[in-house]
Amino acid sequence: MVWKKTTVVFVVMTMVLFPMSEFTFVKPVQGFSNQVIQQGATGDDVIELQSRLQYLGFYNGEIDGVFGWGTYWAVRNFQYEFGLEIDGLVGQEVKDRLNKASNYDEGYVKEQIRQGKDFTHYGGVPKSKQTEGQKKQQQQKTNQGEGTPQPEQNEQPKQPDEPTAVNVPSGYSQNDIQLMANAVYGEARGEPYVGQVAVAAVILNRVQSASFPNTASGVIFEPRAFTAVADGQIWLEPNDQAKEAVLDAINGWDPTGQAIYYFNPKTATSDWIWSRPQIKQIGKHIFCK
Amino acid sequence: MVRWIAIILLSLTTIGAGVWGYKENQDKNAVLIQAENSYQRAFHDLTYNIDLLHDKIGSSLAMNSRERLSPQLADIWKISSEANSDVGQLPLTLMPFNKTEEFLYDVGDFAYRTAVRDLEKKPLSEQEIKLLEELHKKSGEIESELRKVQNVVLSDNLRWMDVELALATNDEVGDNTIVNGFKTVEKSMDGFEESITETGFNTSGPGKSYRSLKGEKLSEEEAKKVASRWLEKVATNKLTLTKSGKGADVPTYTASFQDGDKNGYIDLTEKGGHPLTVMISRSVKDPKISLYEASEKAKDYIQGLEIDNLVLVESNQYDKMGVFRFLYTKNDVRFFMDSVVVKVALDNGEVLGMSARDYYDDHSDEEINKPAISLEEARDKVNPNVKIQEHHLSVIENDVNEQVLCYEFLTTMEKTTYRIFINASNGQEEKVETLKKAEMKFNQEI
Repeated sequence: MVWKKTTVVFVVMTMVLFPMSEFTFVKPVQGFSNQVIQQGATGDDVIELQSRLQYLGFYNGEIDGVFGWGTYWAVRNFQYEFGLEIDGLVGQEVKDRLNKASNYDEGYVKEQIRQGKDFTHYGGVPKSKQTEGQKKQQQQKTNQGEGTPQPEQNEQPKQPDEPTAVNVPSGYSQNDIQLMANAVYGEARGEPYVGQVAVAAVILNRVQSASFPNTASGVIFEPRAFTAVADGQIWLEPNDQAKEAVLDAINGWDPTGQAIYYFNPKTATSDWIWSRPQIKQIGKHIFCK
Repeated sequence: MVRWIAIILLSLTTIGAGVWGYKENQDKNAVLIQAENSYQRAFHDLTYNIDLLHDKIGSSLAMNSRERLSPQLADIWKISSEANSDVGQLPLTLMPFNKTEEFLYDVGDFAYRTAVRDLEKKPLSEQEIKLLEELHKKSGEIESELRKVQNVVLSDNLRWMDVELALATNDEVGDNTIVNGFKTVEKSMDGFEESITETGFNTSGPGKSYRSLKGEKLSEEEAKKVASRWLEKVATNKLTLTKSGKGADVPTYTASFQDGDKNGYIDLTEKGGHPLTVMISRSVKDPKISLYEASEKAKDYIQGLEIDNLVLVESNQYDKMGVFRFLYTKNDVRFFMDSVVVKVALDNGEVLGMSARDYYDDHSDEEINKPAISLEEARDKVNPNVKIQEHHLSVIENDVNEQVLCYEFLTTMEKTTYRIFINASNGQEEKVETLKKAEMKFNQEI
């Protein structure tokens, strides 16, 4: 009886182990930098992590190079299955285990990302079945195909290997951030960085306030609320600093101390604005309640 | 001959200029009329909605059946929100009209709270009825004032563009009927704020701000020293120090410095010298260190706050920055309102900013009650279709601005992660959040 059981266990074990051992010796040894990867990270390491987790069937989301919740649960499940400490952090031990257990076809993954295709990276499935056909690529070509035809390489986006997604603060999209950056740049491009964060914070404080519209766009486009909107300066192309200022404000920085109005004392025409209780001056602007 | 050619040429240009000018003028008028019309629409919508609001509040007072009352209150909530959005489209920003806007917000808030409540179990209290009566009275006053303005606008063909002009030039003599009408509306709101606080209903919540700031008042010299400690030990004589004005929630010192490309900024509370906002701005090079390493730097940095038990709950990489959110925890209970955020540059791991305003604003040392229901009981309240991955005890602010102790469950369904809060004293589902996913980059060329 006992030996029967052991044979069954043995057979099952070999069945489980055999296909894996096949790859263990074939796969190229390289990859991961020696950094610990944690939730929220973006970049090449994350692309590799997602690919390897998908190869093993732990990760079913998109391989986009952003360590989000989906990747986090996949890492935890991996750690659980492989008897490692379950903390969602990808340190050396996890990487070693991943390297051993999975195969990462970097050339294939990077190529798909470069071409902007939807693709997967599951182990044991032919690559040709894991990527969509030529359709999307051709679409892109027609979109970009203005002017003289160029060699294929030049038609690709400039930085092809980057993650295809970005972190955004919850509740906001890249476009919301762009719109606010436009407003901040139009209103405060001559101000120090803090002054720009302050203007972004005022927009957000107004969204929260009872006496203003409750969306960022509603606040920005409220008639006569911002001079930059009234005179069209809002449509200037904002720089990266303005975007960073908006991100900071969304993430919780508020140098104004909950101000909902601000004005430039040199140009303010309204008496009423002077009657508001003032909090402080940052750059050229006085911020008030 | 030459003269004739000159005459013909000149007259042609004159006619051309005339035609062009006429076209331009027409275009301009068309745009102005368009703008005027959208103002007019917002204004007439507003008066209509206020009318409706007054009626609906009135009939809700007369109602007796609870089954009808909830939908009626939901209706009031919707109308007040529409009226508020109408106000947001009128050029009233730089004139005092905020009390009326707050009134509309209060109406909506009150209607929402009572509409979602089970009125069968918890009917309107004496006070709430009193408040409803007050809202009815005030909305009636606004209604009649706005009706008067509307009547004048219609009979005298008044234009909102003129209002905009009058406000822009701050013309005191320019006796604008619309502006005066709105000022009267605003005046009628004067008594409202007191009466609303009397009834114990207040939008700004109880005066909880900065309850437990510890320490002595700082002198300017001391403040500079503390500021320098937070701003990379910059020499105190390089710091410019200012004090906050009377509008500030809590008296603060602000110190800043400019050093070539780099500038720094800090807000300190006058009492105790606690840092509320720290910001250092410089150009950041390409990332060299990992987010994990940066999080360790952030952890070291917040040691300086001398707050026990700050726990890292969220980390995000934004291009060249890592942003880390810490929550205050006590006996394994996470306080969602008491947060500290730290920003770290990923090129060399320097901390470039910290915001502890939320923590100091909200933190209190009051004891919280023990959970009345067990983890298992709370687990049963969670939607069976989601898979529970993690759980914690947390204090959050719910949608009626009360702080409640909850069981927090991190759950997954399909590819999405949800955060579910179950009230630990009564098992109610307080809040369900969809945790964000990374957003795909949009192709700039399209």
